Formats: sequence, C-alpha cells, structure tokens
Amino acid sequence: MDIHEYQAKALLAEFGMPIAKGGIAYSPEQAAYRAKELGGEKWVVKAQIHSGARGKAGGIKICTSEHEVMEAANQLLGRRLVTNQTGPGGKLVGRLYIEEATDIEREIYLAFVLDRSSERIMCVASAAGGMDIEEIAENSPDSIVRVSIEPAVGMQDFEAREIAFALGIGVAQLAESVKALKACYRAFRDLDATMVEVNPLVVTRSGRIIALDAKMAFDDNALFRRPRISELRDKSQEDPREMNAADRGLSYVGLDGNIGCIINGAGLAMATLDMIKHVGGEPANFLDIGGGASPERVAKAFNLVLSDQGVHAILVNIFAGINRCDWVAEGVIQAMQKLEVAVPVVVRLSGTNVELGRQILADSKVNLITADTLAEAAEKAVAAAESYQATLAG
Amino acid sequence: MSIFLDQKTRVIVQGYTGRIGTFHAQEMIDYGTNVVGGVTPGKGGEQHLERPVFNTVKDAVRDTGAEASVVFVPPPFAADAIMEAADAGIRFCVCVTDGIPAQDMMRVKRYMRRYKREQRMTLTGPNCAGTISPGKAMMGIMPGHIYMRGNVGLIGRSGTLGYEAASQMKAMGIGISTSVGIGGDPINGSAFRDHLERFEADPETELVVMIGEIGGPQEAEAAAFARDHMQKPVLAYIAGLTAPKGRTMGHAGAIVTSVGESAAEKVEILRAAGVGIIVRPSEFGNAVTEALAKM
Repeated sequence: MDIHEYQAKALLAEFGMPIAKGGIAYSPEQAAYRAKELGGEKWVVKAQIHSGARGKAGGIKICTSEHEVMEAANQLLGRRLVTNQTGPGGKLVGRLYIEEATDIEREIYLAFVLDRSSERIMCVASAAGGMDIEEIAENSPDSIVRVSIEPAVGMQDFEAREIAFALGIGVAQLAESVKALKACYRAFRDLDATMVEVNPLVVTRSGRIIALDAKMAFDDNALFRRPRISELRDKSQEDPREMNAADRGLSYVGLDGNIGCIINGAGLAMATLDMIKHVGGEPANFLDIGGGASPERVAKAFNLVLSDQGVHAILVNIFAGINRCDWVAEGVIQAMQKLEVAVPVVVRLSGTNVELGRQILADSKVNLITADTLAEAAEKAVAAAESYQATLAG
Repeated sequence: MSIFLDQKTRVIVQGYTGRIGTFHAQEMIDYGTNVVGGVTPGKGGEQHLERPVFNTVKDAVRDTGAEASVVFVPPPFAADAIMEAADAGIRFCVCVTDGIPAQDMMRVKRYMRRYKREQRMTLTGPNCAGTISPGKAMMGIMPGHIYMRGNVGLIGRSGTLGYEAASQMKAMGIGISTSVGIGGDPINGSAFRDHLERFEADPETELVVMIGEIGGPQEAEAAAFARDHMQKPVLAYIAGLTAPKGRTMGHAGAIVTSVGESAAEKVEILRAAGVGIIVRPSEFGNAVTEALAKM
C-alpha cells in the first residue's frame, strides 16, 4: 500500500526525521490560508498523488505570494496529473501540500528497501541526489552506498555514521544525519514498510538536514497489525478495477490487450498470459481467482473482466486440484447464464474429474468454446478475439 | 528415501484442528503420508482424525518422534509456528500459509541461523503448495493423483503451474521423484539453489525442472549453482513475460523492482549458465521427453 508524501513525512517526523513546516489543503482558499499560517515569503505547492516525478509533470509549483498559492492550487486541484510513473490516465489531484520553501545547498538520495538477496532491510544512498535511483544507477553507479542492517539489533550509530561519511556529509551535520538515517530505519521496521525513499534529503544553506520529499510503501500482508497505516489509504489513487478485485479477494492487474483472462493461481495465470503472447495475442488482464475457484469467485471474475470494454474474448483456464472440474464447469455455466456474456468465451479445464467437467461443458446450452490443452486454449482465444473484433468493425 | 520424505517419515500438522488443517491432514493421510498427530495450543490431550493433539511441537516430537511438520497456521501466527518447529528439532517444514508479513519471515530466517547448518530445519514456503514424493508421501495441499512416480525432480514457486507441468509430464509417461514448492513470497525458507543441490545428490533423480517467475534473485543464483556444481541436466521455465515493471502479479514476490528480475533477463541468465529453457508453458511434457531422450 502506498501513501502520500505529506503522510510519509508526518510518520518519519515522529521517528525523528527533520522536515520543513507545511500543511494540507483541499481547496484554493485553504491553500492560501495555509501559506499565511506558515508565514514567510516563499512556498511550494505540491500535488499529492501516489507517484514520483511530479515536478517534471508540473505538479510542484513555487509561489511567492498568497495569491500565487491560490492560483497554483486552482490549477492543480481536480486535475489528473500524468507522470512517467502513472500511466496515460494519470492520477487525480485531490489534495495539496503547502510547504515553506527550502534553500538547498546539496541533494542526497536516501532509501531503505527490503533486500531479497540478504533478506534484510537495506539502506541504499547516493551523494548524487535529485535523480531517481535508476538514473543514478546508470549515470554514477559508483556513488551508490549499500548497507544491510542486522535485524536482531537494528541500525547502529556507527553504520549511520559510515553512510553519512560516504555521502560526504559535513561534520556539522553528522549528528543530524545519523538521526535522520535511524528515523527512516525505525519507521521502516516498526511500521512494516516495504520502502522508504527520501529523495532528496537536502542539506540547506543554513546547514540543516531536511527530508524534502518522502515516499513510503507498506506490506499489505502486515496491515492487519497496522490500523493507523490502513487509515492512510487513499482509494482515489488506485485503479478502480484493481481495488474492486482486491476487495473481493481476487488479484487483478489491468493490461493493454483484448483477451480477458480468468485463471486460478498466480503462476498459472502468468504462464497463461505468456502463452497468449506466444501465439500472437495480447492479454487484457492478469487475474488470479485463487486456488479454490468456487462458482461465486468465477462469477465475480466474469463481472470484473467484462467491465473492461477492450475485452474481445475471455480465456478461462482452471486447474482443479483439490476441487473438481465438474464443479468448476457448473460454476462457469451458471456465471455465463446469469451475466449474458456477449464476447466469445474459451474454457480450458484440467485436473481432477476433467472428463466429467468437459462433458458438462459440451452438454450445456451456453455458447462457449472448449479447449483441452494450454496451447489450444490460447490459440482459440486469439482467433475468437480476432473474429469478434471483425464483427464489431463490420 | 526421496530427498525429504517417504512413507515412513513421521509428520505432524501445525494448525491441526482448524478447518483447513483438518481437511488437508485427511488428504495427506489418504495419500499414505505417515501423519502421527498435530499441534493446536490449548487442545493438547484430545484426539483428532484418530491421532493425538499436542499443545506444543516439543511435546509432539517427544511423544511421536515427528521429523517433519506442515504449517496451516493463519498469517499473524505462522512465523511463530515455524520458529517453534525449528526449535523443537523438526528437520523438514512445509509452510502453506499465504500472507505472512515479509518482516516476520526476515526474523524467522535470522532466528534459524542460531542452529548449526547440519542441525538447521529445512523450511519450504511460505505460500507454497507443498512437497510430494509420488507414491510415497505428500505434505501440503496438492492433488496427489496428478503426479506419477519417476525420476524427474521438480522445483517451483507456484502451485497450479506446478500441477500443469506435472500433468503434462504424466500424460507423456514421465514421472516425478519429488516435487518441491518453494512458494511465491519475497522472503522464503529455501531457494531453487538449495533444492538443486539435494536433487544433484539424489539417486532417484536424473533431471531437474525448475519453474521460476519474475522478481527476486533466486533464479539467477540457481543458474550459477547449476553451471558450477551440477552434472544432471536442468530445465527451466520462467513465468511473467508479459508482466509490467513494478506491479505485483498475484504472488507477493512476483514483482520486478530492479535489474535482472524480469522474465526475459532471467531466461538469458539461465541460458548463459547452460540451463535448458522451456520457452512455452505448453511444452513441459515435450521438453522433458526430449531432454531425457538425449541422456
């Protein structure tokens, strides 16, 4: 689960990370009021969306009067901001963070990630701040410092000092840097994060250390014990179909093709998508309905896949392990009768009681195409999508 | 004995009396697994499925001589159950539970390092379908009848994709020595590499098929191991060719976040290490048949 910049900053500040003064605004008037409240002569109006690279997309504006703050807020609120991370649909700007402007001396990249190789929390930092980590890895890979933290004892002061020295942070900022690094680590550990990114961490002209931007992501599997984090969820930032699926216990990822997919098991689902690609088609979605594949889940899955207007054929691929193909076949037929599916549907069943399941599909009055093997299923789905598209065009 | 278990291996079930534990314990018993009892804290002394229930894994090990354990404990308590098994002297543990927090697994892995390597429990999973040595015993949730006994070792992250591979092979008369599920989580008990090592030493296995997917470094580590330490041929399929970067594809661990984690890159790494690539997931049966014919 992702959260907004202002939420991440507030959480990190609780652990001791220094941040600039700021406040949240939902309207232009509130934005101007926040600026007045903060005082000073220069403010930054920052669109709060779940994406990086907001600056390049015009989502961050520097203002020197309350009037300008109000104007900027007026332009940003309600707009869909498209960055290189959001996809072409962009993300809705529903709230703004108004922050006092910071005079930047230098920028540092700082992140904590869950490193799958060492199976530990790892600090990744670079003196070459202001770029994203991919750019740093490409342009100055030698500047990247990596330190993995022993989970039994947590991050030690000496480790934080070593990182600070490696980043070339001055002695005057050393204590503050150690505090900032340990704040990120503790927030990561104590809140079950999967990522903390402060990019940039800045040294100001007056010699302070400040998190100028902050991003945090959390382990969905740990949200049961983090009710405070769950409350920070902003559903307006999520793909409605994916959210809908997740709320129903299904795992859905929208893709760009025209063959809708309903599959049980994540690995088999990825493999089926690959198979479609191999035979010249493009999948419209990834959808794992779970190992069980009950008739209710199959029906929910049809609803979800059909909500994508770009779907011209549906491929159902179920491996009945613990359950039985005859039962899955009944479920597919029930779902199709109830929903009056217009696009062609290819069904491939395998596993327990496969003969009986295929017989039930063959005997049903429902209009569907059956396939015995994975390759046959993918080929038939691609052909069905093409001919359906042709009828639409004709 | 196969690499982890046979008909004699004494198995306990943690989360024994729950709905899911009960169902799958019965399936395992029906398959021929030597289930000697189970653990549900607070229900010690009762009988369940005609076998004793214990309060602790230590009690179960003491009274039954259990060597292996299957964990069906819900996600908030599963890491605790795994550590309990490790501490009680269990040798082989299958954790089926899906949804364990990643940092819990980080702590489990750290905890297990307190035991010397030769005394350390082998953990498979979490979020896996289990391990089966066809015709002998099964620990997990897989449908036993789709596997035929034979000489191909199978290692995979996914349940149903592993079933697909096993049934394609069975249809062509190819059997399996042992199939090991390592699970779809970002931090898991054991990796492809660990099981390649066991299959290399296993007299019942002549060839190994690994079924990987996007995300994480484990396929690349396996490639290096196969290149440097294996005589037996290894075939691999990597799922997720179509997966967009940064999106989680069902499994918590199936996400491309850094260089080398995409399906295309993993295929290249494996190919360069001399591992045979199964390009299409419809070709498990054919590819293994061909590879066996060349031996």
